[in-house]
Amino acid sequence: MALKHLKTAEFDAAVETAPLAMVDFWASWCGPCKMLSPLVEALAEQYDGKALVAKVNVDEEPDLAARFGVMSIPTVVFLKNGREFDRKVGVMPPDAFISVLDKNL
Amino acid sequence: MAHDVLVIGGGPAGLSAALNVRARGRSVLVVSNPPEENPLWRAERVDNYIGLPGVSGGELLTAMRRHAEDAGAEFRQGKVLNAVHMGDTWYVSVDSDMENAPAVILAAGISRGKKFPGEAEFLGRGVSYCATCDGMLYRNKPVAVLGYSDSAQHEADFLAGIGCSVTYFDRPKDCVISGKDRVESVTCGGETVPVEGVFLLRPTMAPTDIFPGLAVENGHVAVDGKMATNLPGLFAAGDCTGGPLQVSKAAGEGLVAGQSAAAYAAALARKNK
Repeated sequence: MALKHLKTAEFDAAVETAPLAMVDFWASWCGPCKMLSPLVEALAEQYDGKALVAKVNVDEEPDLAARFGVMSIPTVVFLKNGREFDRKVGVMPPDAFISVLDKNL
Repeated sequence: MAHDVLVIGGGPAGLSAALNVRARGRSVLVVSNPPEENPLWRAERVDNYIGLPGVSGGELLTAMRRHAEDAGAEFRQGKVLNAVHMGDTWYVSVDSDMENAPAVILAAGISRGKKFPGEAEFLGRGVSYCATCDGMLYRNKPVAVLGYSDSAQHEADFLAGIGCSVTYFDRPKDCVISGKDRVESVTCGGETVPVEGVFLLRPTMAPTDIFPGLAVENGHVAVDGKMATNLPGLFAAGDCTGGPLQVSKAAGEGLVAGQSAAAYAAALARKNK
C-alpha cells in the first residue's frame, strides 16, 4: 500500500479493514504539515503491506476533521480496524511515529 | 528554499552568526521578528559595547543588520514554531511555511514567562501558538488571543477576518485555560471568556518547544566550546545560552556559532558529494 489520500466517503471502509492505520490530517496552508509530509511518505513505503498510511486534507474533508476533533494540524491519528487508539499532535521526530507503528503491528 | 545555515533570531548573536557564515562562503537565512520588537531596540544607550560608547540599541541593531545584509545574508520575517531533524536536514516551520538547512543556529534570545495552567495539557486541543497555522480550524468560533508582541494584533485581525469571534488580551499576566477534553474557556485577570481556541502569541518560543530533546542547564541551552548543542547540526548563541545578557557576549558567541555551523555544513556537503 502506497500513501492513500482518503476522502470522507471512502474513509470508514478503508480504516475498518486495516488492522493498523496511521492517518495524517493536513492542509496545504500549514507549514508544519509540509515538514511532516516527506516522513509520512517514507513511512507509507516502509510499512507497505503492514499498515495503511493515509492523509486527509482538512479543507476538503471538514467533516472528517470535525469527527476526529482535529484542532491543530498536523494531527496524526492511529487506528486499529477503525478505532482510534493513539494520536500525535504537531511535528515530531520519525521515532515518535515509528514506535507506535512497530508496537502495534 | 534550502540554505547552508539557518539562523533563528535577528539580534546581535544571530546577526554576528550570519555575518560569519557568509565570511566562510556559505549561504545563510536569518528568520526573525521585526527589528523593532528586539529588546535591544528599546535600549536608549548602550555603554559597554567596546569602541562605541553611548550608542543606542536601535543604531547598533540597524548597523549590525546592514553589515550582515551587505555580506550577503538573507532575511525573512516570521516566527519559528517547530523544527525536526530528518536525515541530514533540519526542517524548520516559519509561520505557515517551511525552510530547511543542514545546520541551524538558535539565537532567539530568552523567552520570558512561564506556561499557564492548562497550556501544555490543551496544546493541539484548543491551544495554539500560530494563528495563521491553525486559524482556519476555528472559523466561525469564539477564540481568545493572548498577545505578547506588537505583531500579535495582526494575527488577531487575521482571525477576525476569517470569521472567528476574537477576544483580545493585551499582555495578560495570570491566565488559566480550562476545559475537559478540549478548551472551553480562558480566564485572564479575573475575566472568564468561553472560547474554543486560545492563541498564545509570544515573541519567542521556548527553545525546548521548538527543539524537542534539546539539553538545557539551569534553564539555558547547554552548549560546548564550539557553541554546539546536544542535537546534530544545531548550534546556539546569545542570551539563550545564559548570562551575561550583553551585546558583546552575544556577538562573540554568534561568531563562534557561525564558524562552527559553516564548518559543519561544509563537512556534510563533502561527505554527501
